[in-house]
Amino acid sequence: MEKIKPKIYKKKGPIVEVFLRLAKNKTAILGLIIVAILIIAALAAPFIFDYDDVIIKQNISNRLQSPSKDNWFGTDDLGRDIFARIVYGSRISLRVSFTAVAIALLIGGFLGAIGGYYGGMLDNIIMRFMDVFLAIPGTLFAITIAAALGNNIRNLIIALSISSIPGFARILRSSVITVRDVEFIEAARAIGANDARIILNHVIPNSLAPVIVHTTLNVATIILTIAGLSFLGLGIAPPAPEWGSMLSSGRTYLIGHSYITAFPGFAIMITILALNLLGDGLRDALDPRLK
Amino acid sequence: MWKYILKRLLYLIPVLFGVTLLVFLIMSVAPGDPAKVILGEQATPEAIEQLRVELGLDDPVLVQYMRYATGLLKGDMGMSYKSKDPVAVEIVARIPTTLKLTLSATLIAVLVAIPLGIFAAVKQNTLFDGLSMFIALLGISIPIFWLGLMLLVLFSQRLGWFPSSGAASWKSFILPGVALGFHSMASIARITRSSMLEVIRQDYIRTARSKGMPYRDVITKHALPNALIPTITVTGLQIGALMAGSVLTETVFSLPGIGRLIINSIQGRDIPVVLGCILVFTIGFSVVNLLVDLLYAYVDPRIKAQYT
Repeated sequence: MEKIKPKIYKKKGPIVEVFLRLAKNKTAILGLIIVAILIIAALAAPFIFDYDDVIIKQNISNRLQSPSKDNWFGTDDLGRDIFARIVYGSRISLRVSFTAVAIALLIGGFLGAIGGYYGGMLDNIIMRFMDVFLAIPGTLFAITIAAALGNNIRNLIIALSISSIPGFARILRSSVITVRDVEFIEAARAIGANDARIILNHVIPNSLAPVIVHTTLNVATIILTIAGLSFLGLGIAPPAPEWGSMLSSGRTYLIGHSYITAFPGFAIMITILALNLLGDGLRDALDPRLK
Repeated sequence: MWKYILKRLLYLIPVLFGVTLLVFLIMSVAPGDPAKVILGEQATPEAIEQLRVELGLDDPVLVQYMRYATGLLKGDMGMSYKSKDPVAVEIVARIPTTLKLTLSATLIAVLVAIPLGIFAAVKQNTLFDGLSMFIALLGISIPIFWLGLMLLVLFSQRLGWFPSSGAASWKSFILPGVALGFHSMASIARITRSSMLEVIRQDYIRTARSKGMPYRDVITKHALPNALIPTITVTGLQIGALMAGSVLTETVFSLPGIGRLIINSIQGRDIPVVLGCILVFTIGFSVVNLLVDLLYAYVDPRIKAQYT
């Protein structure tokens, strides 16, 4: 008699499961691919284009050229290739936004986690403090800080992360509160785990889903804010190829040379679109109940 | 109900003092001496020193703040460093422009978003649904200032339908309203659709349909009121975003509103005006949030019952 081989269902890890669910969502994958291309472009840009020679060197004889075979997106008022500047610009947008989000996640997450876990007085103080931050419309707050500190990349990162902290604090707090009193936390406490261990090993991993989604969407918001600030002349100053400031420099040439303004705008739009698609997809993949 | 409103308004007071203290501290660590910025590069050190004493800038920051806060309690927002006019006068003169801009953006957003969201949900997975959600996705991805510039190129410079700057007539607010409102429209449409989708699968909707009620009435009378709460929440949050966005929109369309004022004042280190503008935006935002909470009670009798 032939032996029946039992089929073994191997339980896949949570990350694999989430990814498999994400992979079924076509628009989310599209978003993921675009984000991946952007990251690769940002990493590869210095090897393709020379910063001093191509990105910022003025070439007046070649100024205001419409899009062509040599200059795919045309050239700006100082004769620089817009395509090269947009590709290089992804470095700035991604670096600044990732750094700012990471800082906001750490500080805001820490405040939210301890507030939600301990509750009481500490929670009250933290959240009243956050109320003050949340009372000012977000972008406006970033504008004020950036303008007050003066425009360089470091100050911009400070401004963006401060204005994102309350959002992260709130999200982490509310999800920590929902898992704080469940049985496995009590079990961990019963076997003598200390608070730091419980928070880091048990509470946070179980409240990550909303944080991941918020992080993705927050990167999108921050990239939009960077562009907005630079557009107002408060973000990253020229000649650095930042999308918002490139867009702003084309304002004088709107009639006849609107492509100078149009292409950086498309770059911002596609980036934000991709991050939003990915964020929505992650939300569905991380929490199938919501679907 | 009134007790609740009063409690909320009283809670606003410490928040506002927190906000002003925060902005005060930020502006005080900022590089750039206001006296120097006002008098320009050529000013003598004596003249700068004199102006610093005149404006009270030589006092410690907390003393300056206490002075500002006591003034604020008496309803005095201080004087502009630059124009020497009371801050309140400068701001009040600009409120109508910003209010008109925000209102037109909100109207455009809500009037387009809610029907779009409802139709997309009712006709889920059709071409209409896909198309409107694609537009909504574009909406949340387009930078406000870029959309504004593109609208300017097309409708004001190419076609000449609308003025490109100024706040002379109602026509001046159409393009800025669309540019500013498009983003909010997208967010509101998305949340309306998903909340409608949840509601139309409920048992009471099936009951309403099976008793022979016209589908139209089922949607407007049974489904819509139950789906509105998330829509109201998002709309309230969006109005905060609209206020911040008005800074960008007013810059693009050269509208003389509070957004323009705040940018000019920040650059000129005119601290009292910056504080005043942020205060006005914060009060506006908080009042909208309060209205949103009250609107919940109006839409949902269960919430109303909690207040009494």
